[in-house]
Formats: sequence, structure tokens, C-alpha cells
Amino acid sequence: MSATTFNPVSAPDYLPKEKLRELQTERMANILRRAYEKVPFYKESFDSMGVTPESFKNLEDIAKFPFTIKTNLRDTYPFGLFASPLSEVVRLHASSGTTGKPIVVAYTKEDLDVWQNAMVRSLISCGCSKHDLIQIAYGYGLFTGGLGAHAGAEGLGATVIPASGGNTERQIMLLKDFGVTGIACTPSYFVHMIEEAGKMGIDMRQLPLRVGIFGAEPWTPEMRHYVEEAAGIKAFDIYGLSEITGPGVAVECECQQGMHVFEDLFYPEIVDPDTLQPVPDGVEGELVITTLMKMAMPMIRYRTRDLTSIMTEKCSCGRTIRRISKISHRSDDMFIIRGVNVFPSQIETAILSEGKQLLQYQIVLTRTKSLDNMEVHIELTPEMFSDKVSEIEAITKRFSKAIEKIINIRAAVKMLPPNSIPRSTGKAKRVIDKRND
Amino acid sequence: MNLNQLSVYLENKPGALKEVCQILAENNIDISALSLADTSSFGILRLILKEWEKARDILLEKGFAVKITDVFAVEVDNQPGGMCKLVETLDKYQINVDYIYAFVSTVNSKAVIIMRLDSAEKALELLKADNTIKFISKNDIFAEK
Repeated sequence: MSATTFNPVSAPDYLPKEKLRELQTERMANILRRAYEKVPFYKESFDSMGVTPESFKNLEDIAKFPFTIKTNLRDTYPFGLFASPLSEVVRLHASSGTTGKPIVVAYTKEDLDVWQNAMVRSLISCGCSKHDLIQIAYGYGLFTGGLGAHAGAEGLGATVIPASGGNTERQIMLLKDFGVTGIACTPSYFVHMIEEAGKMGIDMRQLPLRVGIFGAEPWTPEMRHYVEEAAGIKAFDIYGLSEITGPGVAVECECQQGMHVFEDLFYPEIVDPDTLQPVPDGVEGELVITTLMKMAMPMIRYRTRDLTSIMTEKCSCGRTIRRISKISHRSDDMFIIRGVNVFPSQIETAILSEGKQLLQYQIVLTRTKSLDNMEVHIELTPEMFSDKVSEIEAITKRFSKAIEKIINIRAAVKMLPPNSIPRSTGKAKRVIDKRND
Repeated sequence: MNLNQLSVYLENKPGALKEVCQILAENNIDISALSLADTSSFGILRLILKEWEKARDILLEKGFAVKITDVFAVEVDNQPGGMCKLVETLDKYQINVDYIYAFVSTVNSKAVIIMRLDSAEKALELLKADNTIKFISKNDIFAEK
């Protein structure tokens, strides 16, 4: 395959450090100026911190500037943070607001080109080329996943199959009949596809599919291992968020050791989520990103709520752009139970280590009187089923122990019959919080 | 003497049992005997069916967790003391019972005891040698239609 052939689009991935820094500094100065001059919100927030675009002289000065948070996008709904008039805006996307209003993001023609560039470079990083047939199984629509990945695959010159999410049987039929070699979707949806393919009597390992580009939700290394084994593919993690652009902010390379941030376009910082002070490289903290090229809606020091760290070691793929470690969890996904912080990914790790496979699960939080309870529902597979109560109870106990070992609190485990947990074609819903019902 | 028992995993919630029974009814599958082991969170429905293979395929297709297990069927007198005699024999050989349930055969009105035994092979050997136990086969249970 031509994966080893150098594609000039990826040139910025290999810029010498000094050259990259020069570019970042210049672009940062421009975007700070644009934000300050065009968006009243930024003028106010800069002023309140006593900074102006002129306060920025070198890259480290960015730490003097105020953060932007998700609430700022909600408060200015729908168009309050736009730096371009609507006549220059060619596309809007919106996040699925689980609470209240969604957040709206805007793109000029130039912004879409930059996004496409980032996605093309992402796909190249995953070893894709114009010889690939890439099925886009992210939802198309207001969500950035579908159209973002689509533009990237098309820009690469690959053969694009815009399947969108859902209709899993048809997805599998297309994979098989078209001889699809790459797929982009959420990792949890791909797991569902593997299950469904099995039911249809199709062994994914026998298909030409060789690359999976999975994102939009955090996933564990154990899940990667499962997916790669069960489908006979290489599974790559891609990172992005609508506020910044959509998918294509950072992606893994063939080394699969952390994700390279396209830092000529998106400038990353890691801060302590409590003190908001920058942390040294290698230390985990909250990822903060400034869009260096976003015209319609510049994001200055946007707090992503995603926890990761910057990896300093040189990557053996040769790219010079820095890497962030695989995002283990989103601080938004965290829940507190009896005073303990728990991430769904911890439960997933426990289930994978005990079950030796990726079982469907859901975490249900309830409150009786004033006591919080956590129940973990795990689907039993037909293979695990026994006609003896004692054996099911033993399985339940093993999962409960595995979870307790990781999070240090007891969770009631309930083994459910197969197919009782609703499957999602997009981001999986792992936590059901009924505590305030 | 061996019967193929079909077990189905159920969540302990209203409607779970109905779903399985409806599927069997729709497919005209007769239930000869059943027992339901229940715990606070799940249930295991164990069925003795003449058409166990058909039922297994249909339930698997519908996505149920299903298992076929070898169980023993023995006949006891349908009168006071009948069951007691059987358990005394089990006790004599120190055979442990995983579970047990009973029904009355429509073929000969005898009481039929379905058992799953711990260390089944060894237990069977001991019980076969003991002439107080009368093992029966599927022909003694399922009436010809």
C-alpha cells in the first residue's frame, strides 16, 4: 500500500521545531487580534484580565490570556461568538445539547478548508491513501463527525461511502460487498457492528477492512485490543471537538502511541483543572486548545474538559508535531459516588479484564433516601450462561470484585440477558443517573 | 434416562417470562415441565420440551441466552413416600443435587423427577447399579401426537 509514500499535504507534521514555533507565534498573534477586534465577548474577557493582543510577544504569553469555557458558548447562543458576518459563514454545526440549548459553531469557506486539511492529514496518519475505500459511519448532520470525516476522505482522494450512522445490517453489507478498507465511526458503534456481523454469520476478519478511525468518545487500550483482534484491523484513535473544529484535531500515527496534535492549526496546552496553572509536559491535566486559523469563530484557550498529558519523547514515525496521550476520560463523564470520583472508563477496564472481551455495560446511579447506589449492568453472553444459579452468582461476584479493585467502592453488578442494553449508533450512553429523578 | 433440558436466562422483571412463553406458544411448542429458579436480579427458566431443538434455534435467533443440559429423569410412585425413597437413595451414595423438579407424566400418570446431579457421571454409575432407581427416557414422557 502507498501508506509509506510521503504525501505533501502532511508536510506541516514534520516541520522543524523552530519553524513550527515561528508559525504558531505568528498565527497566535493574528487570532488574538481577530478575536479581540471582532468578538465583544473576547474584548471584555481580555480587558477584564488586563491583556490586549499586544500583550502577546512569544508563545508562553498565551498563559496570560483568559480561558473560554462551554458555558460561554451557551450564553452567547446562537451567534454571539462569531467573528465573521453570516455572509462569510458557509456552514453551521451544533452539538447535541443534553441540557438546555445546543452550542453552535461556524465555519467560513477557509475554515472548512483548514478542517479538511486536518482530516486529510489525520487519514494519512492512519495509513490511508486514495487507494482506500472509506466508509463514514458517523452521523451526518449537525454533528461534526460525519461531514468532517467525509470531507477528509474526499480530500484524500479515497473512495468515500457516506453511510452515516445506523442501519447496521446495511453497513455490514456495504463493508463486505464494496470491499471497504477503512471505516470511520465511534468505537462503541464499531463494537456493535462486530456483534451484528457475527449474528449475520460474517467474520469481520475475513473482510478487506484493515483500518478503523475511531473517535468522538474516549475508549480504552483494552477496547482497542479487542477490536483489532475481533475485526482483524488496525484501530486508530482520532480526537476532535466541534468547538475547535470537529474530528481531526489530533490523531494517532502508525506507532499508536499517543495522538499527534496538528499544532500548526490547534495550539495545545495542559493545565491543572483546579488551579488552571500550566502543568509540566508529561503530567496529566486538562487539555486547553487555541484555534490558530479559525476565522468564523476563534476559540481562545478553550477548556476541553478532556484529561491527557503532552508526550515529549520524539515519535518514531518522524512527525515533529507533539503528541497527547490517549484521552482516558472526559472530566464531564466523571461522576461522584459516595464521595469517590469515578470514570466510566475505569468500569470498562474492569469489565474487560474480567470478561476477557468487550461486554455491553451500563452504569445506573440511583438514590435511596440519602444514599447513592451504583449498579453496573453487564450483558451476559450465551457462552457465559449456565443453568446453575450458583455459577451465574459466581460470575456476578467476579465482576463486582474486579470493579471494586479498581475504584475501591462496591458496586452491585447485575448480569442482564443478551441484547437488553440499547445500542447506540453514535456515542454510547454508559451512565444513567437517576439520582435526581 | 437423559433428557435435554433447555434453560433460558431471564432478567427478574415483569414480562420477562411472558416473552419466552409467547415465542413457544407462537411456534406451537408444548412445555412438558418447567421450573424457574429465581434470584433478586435474574431467573433461570428450565424447560423440558419434546421439541427442544426447534425451541433452542428459535430462542437463539431471538437473541436469548440458551443452554442445553443433560438432566436425569427418574420415575417414582405417585403416592406418599415416593419422593422420599428417591432421596434416601441419593443420600445413601452421598450424591449432591444441583436442582430438582417434578411433574406427572401424561403417558402413565407416574411422578417424574428431573434432576441435575453434582458429579453426574459418577452419580449415574452408582444409581444405575442400584435397582431401586427407575430411569426413564423421553418415550415415557412425551406422548405421541
